[in-house]
Amino acid sequence: MMQRISIDPITRLEGHGKIDIFLNEEGNVANAYFQIPELRGFEKFCVGRPAEDMPNLTDRICGVCPEAHHMASAKALDALWHVEPPPTGKKLRELMYSIFYATDHTTHFYALGAPDFIVGPDAPVAERNILGVIAKVGMEVAGKVLKMRRDGHNLIQMMAARRVQPNWALPGGVSRGINEEQRTEIEARGREAIEFALFSLQAFRDIVLANKAYVDLILGDIYLHRTYSMGTVDANNKVNFYDGMIRVVDPEGKEFVKYHPRDYLSNIAEHVEPWTYLKFPYLKKVGWKGFVDGMQSGVYKCTPLSRLNAADGMATPKAQEAYEEFYKTLGGKPVHHTLATHWARLVELLYATERWVELATDPEITSPNFRTLPTATPDEGIGCVEAPRGTLTHHYKTDGRGILTEVNLIVGTTNNYAPISMSVKKAAEKLIQKGKVNQGTLNMVEMAFRAYDPCFGCATHSLPGQMPLEVSIRDDQGRLLEVLRQNVLG
Amino acid sequence: MSTKPKLALYWAASCGGCEIAVLAIDDKILEVAKAFDIVLWPVAIDAKVRDIENLPDQSIDVCLFNGAVRNSEQEYMAQLLRRKSKFLVAFGSCAHEGGIPGLANLYGRDEIFQYVYINCPSVDNPDGVLPRPETQVAEGTLHIPVFYDTVKTLDQTVEVDYYVPGCPPEADNIWAILQAVVAGLGGAPLPPPGTVLGKETTVCDECIRTRTEKKIKAFQRTWEIIPNETECLLEQGLVCCGIATRAGCGALCPKVNSPCIGCHGANADVEDLGARMMSALSSVIDSNNPEEIDRIIGEGIPDPVGSFYRFSLPASLLRRKHLVSDGNGRKT
Repeated sequence: MMQRISIDPITRLEGHGKIDIFLNEEGNVANAYFQIPELRGFEKFCVGRPAEDMPNLTDRICGVCPEAHHMASAKALDALWHVEPPPTGKKLRELMYSIFYATDHTTHFYALGAPDFIVGPDAPVAERNILGVIAKVGMEVAGKVLKMRRDGHNLIQMMAARRVQPNWALPGGVSRGINEEQRTEIEARGREAIEFALFSLQAFRDIVLANKAYVDLILGDIYLHRTYSMGTVDANNKVNFYDGMIRVVDPEGKEFVKYHPRDYLSNIAEHVEPWTYLKFPYLKKVGWKGFVDGMQSGVYKCTPLSRLNAADGMATPKAQEAYEEFYKTLGGKPVHHTLATHWARLVELLYATERWVELATDPEITSPNFRTLPTATPDEGIGCVEAPRGTLTHHYKTDGRGILTEVNLIVGTTNNYAPISMSVKKAAEKLIQKGKVNQGTLNMVEMAFRAYDPCFGCATHSLPGQMPLEVSIRDDQGRLLEVLRQNVLG
Repeated sequence: MSTKPKLALYWAASCGGCEIAVLAIDDKILEVAKAFDIVLWPVAIDAKVRDIENLPDQSIDVCLFNGAVRNSEQEYMAQLLRRKSKFLVAFGSCAHEGGIPGLANLYGRDEIFQYVYINCPSVDNPDGVLPRPETQVAEGTLHIPVFYDTVKTLDQTVEVDYYVPGCPPEADNIWAILQAVVAGLGGAPLPPPGTVLGKETTVCDECIRTRTEKKIKAFQRTWEIIPNETECLLEQGLVCCGIATRAGCGALCPKVNSPCIGCHGANADVEDLGARMMSALSSVIDSNNPEEIDRIIGEGIPDPVGSFYRFSLPASLLRRKHLVSDGNGRKT
């Protein structure tokens, strides 16, 4: 009997991403569709607005990572007005962005990723959540996590006006700099953040790497996809979140292309399907070959793991050590095991905190020269940053007054839409055979996309990975045979 | 069976910032979990719409609903949660007044689809494929919600009891409101229905900058000047919405030398933010000549709709751009 499995965050009517898995007559997976049920239309309704409003408009694309849109937008405005921010302006932006990164990666690792590893993929459903993590690691650690988040948000508010939705970046720099008192505070919190990141990596070693079952899960076949990897690199090909060239390596780890953000249209194209509101970006020079991996498919990943694959290392010393340990343990570059993304995220967390302190102790950081006023006529500008969930591209065209005439946005998670779809399908194929589905299967399928930290706030609004699942198994007449449920959090 | 009051939180057309704002009340979130039985909160707990559908009507004590309503699924959820909740609260700018996604009312669905899926420069779509509510694939039929032409506020969809302003609401206000709800359910007096649960002063009242009744000859766009850090931004020629915007944030944006962009919506006595802003702007212009005033505003504020109704177009007197028929029974 033909079966169809709908994996729905809440139900079909809830709509934050929905998975339909079709089984063939043998009860094996025939196909799987990961649907995104919403569109808000920023690319259209921003047309007609003054371009300088874009950092404030586009940070409402995603309330989880508004800082990423704020920064990509500011860089697009620099290009649009042909203005170069003074060094202090750039460093202030990168400082705030590093604080944001550390805060965001902390949230993902502890609240979303950790339940699977620290509590365990096979742990009882009721414990496999943030409360279970706290129970396992203790209130002292929970306090550290809350402090890290609180410090990050407070510093972002101090620098950029608001904890959520900053109002700060402008073409040519930022609206206000920092004084010595503020700098001291930022540095002090940053030094604590480095210790927190080191602690988090040690916790990963002690709890995950010391457990053979977890390591086998990471290195197993269920979550393996050999795709191209994308990330932003600095002049030395080291990972950078704020600025640099976009580098793509092929599935073997060889450089495929390194392009300036202004050349994104030569390198990225987007495919449309009628059953979802989200588009599927792919490497234009390889082409869209459908939902398949390998050298011949233009599908690429843009995640903490892919950023490490696409770079030659980290630009700060402790993060470089963590990077080397990562590849030594996992058998060299590139790594294609999706679950290793959680570890890669912690390597990035350490880099973000080290960069935070580097910038907070930069002699120029308190300079009052944080902004250059544009003098050229605006026309067209493209800006990229590395959002936590993928390379973020903003592309604007305006008339001579700086009123927007065209807007294109390729946002973080969207880059990963095809690989997430493929990971879900592969996990389903491996785990659902002869029609057998159980609770463990559900969590394992969910782990396939949770590793990507998918934030469909960028396209809809599901918070990263926090997708409660319900599976309805129906026969080919649509009759309900069985409902399986599981908790994700709480 | 828990005797704690039941709380639901839901998101529609929004960005997730309201969820982050609730989480940003930090350690107090643990007190919220103690005080309430949270029956629905997609971001944090696993409860299903079916569970909500199965609850008796009015069995949820309070529902904080964020996000605007722009598709069939969000409309269904608004109706469902209205029916099940004693108090339905439009939480945050999008549910309250439409928010930034409400600017989509300057266009219709077909214009949005045509650009996003066909004309956008990175799209490769030679067959002109558009998302549609129902798609036949080899293995069966797939469904996605119907995308509407018009973004609506929550109270244009269902009856709303209270409003919480802000994009997103500020942590202090969220915490105060949750405490008031607990007190109210225990018998303390609640504000009358329709109340906006926020301050009734303006952002100017919270701003520490000095005002000197200075007049200006021209408005400046934010990219054109570096304002000083002590004087009123409006009097320095920047279009600062603080004068008509509801207080509650502590004038955070002016503190970092950025003008208020109006995210808390119009203040209590302001019927229409744009009308109030126009009169406020006129008052700082150094001219008594109506033609000159019009010219100064026209030159300095090239997008009055986007500048004054940035967060409130669906709730404003304008509401949306007029839709014209394409001759096939469709509005475009």
